[in-house]
Amino acid sequence: MAKSVKFLAPLALFLALVALLFYGLGTDPRKVPSPLIGKPAPEFVLPVLGEPQRSVSNEALFGQVSLVNVWASWCVSCRAEHAELMRLSREEKDIQIFGLNWKDEAPDALRMLRQTGDPYVVSAYDPENQVGIHFGVYGAPETFVIDRQGIIRYKHIGPIDRRAWEETLRPLVQQIKAES
Amino acid sequence: MRRPWLPAAVLAGLVAAAPVGAFTLEEYTFDDPARAAEFRKLIDELRCLVCQNESLAASQAGLAKDLRDEVYRMLQKGQSREEVITFLVARYGDFVLFAPPLKPSTYPLWFGPLLIGGVGAFFLARVLLRKKESSEAELSPEERERLRALLAAEPGDGTPSQPGPKERA
Repeated sequence: MAKSVKFLAPLALFLALVALLFYGLGTDPRKVPSPLIGKPAPEFVLPVLGEPQRSVSNEALFGQVSLVNVWASWCVSCRAEHAELMRLSREEKDIQIFGLNWKDEAPDALRMLRQTGDPYVVSAYDPENQVGIHFGVYGAPETFVIDRQGIIRYKHIGPIDRRAWEETLRPLVQQIKAES
Repeated sequence: MRRPWLPAAVLAGLVAAAPVGAFTLEEYTFDDPARAAEFRKLIDELRCLVCQNESLAASQAGLAKDLRDEVYRMLQKGQSREEVITFLVARYGDFVLFAPPLKPSTYPLWFGPLLIGGVGAFFLARVLLRKKESSEAELSPEERERLRALLAAEPGDGTPSQPGPKERA
């Protein structure tokens, strides 16, 4: 009995290590969890993309469930998720998709929207990453789910595809809508 | 005409020219040298989230530049090192720090290796000590007598025998 334990203990330790490393294989080190979950969205005032004389602030996020989508015309993954955002803007009438045009040039960004459609109720223009820093943005695309009180509930890193929407974002949005 | 120094001169020229293409930190100037040193130290300890294994000081990513600028602005405004770190951690999480802070969720990270090393050392020491004891106890008085006889007989036959592990003990 004591002997078999002696044999099995290293094996068990080894298997535990294998399990840990195997788990590590499946996680993506590029996805850094945001410390802003559960906190109010940062306050900001930015010009509207394409209408520099108009400005938009974080107050636009109150009263509705919002997806704040960080995008740029130079960002290939943003183009990949664009079709899904267009579909959401057509089919999901009770959420607003708010754009944060990040570290981009207005002419390029506007050209992209002309060519592929504009899923956003409005896009805030942040070429200098003034507001992006406060949201803890470190790449595009990123999407924040924000509830009616302006609280950040979730951060999706990387493009939104049908699967991410159906499995993660939609259930969350529905849960938030059911709350209030 | 042979010019043996030419390859060396070309290489030296290339090496000297290489940093020209890279960015410099010269644009960040401080009146106070202590403040400048603090800035350099700080951006060395903060991680660029895009390249992940590079510090803000080393990274050429656009985001790293934005964060360097932000750190510079904050220090210029007279804010302290702690305020800069709090600002960045509140937005990007502990991950911006190369050295994770000491708190309950990072105890395994800080003390786990010590613990594992300690347990390993304990078992290693136990095995080594036990081996020593047991091998000494293995020789009975008769065996010792035989060993002595064998060792005494050895010089006679001229071929030195290889001592086995038991005999050495």
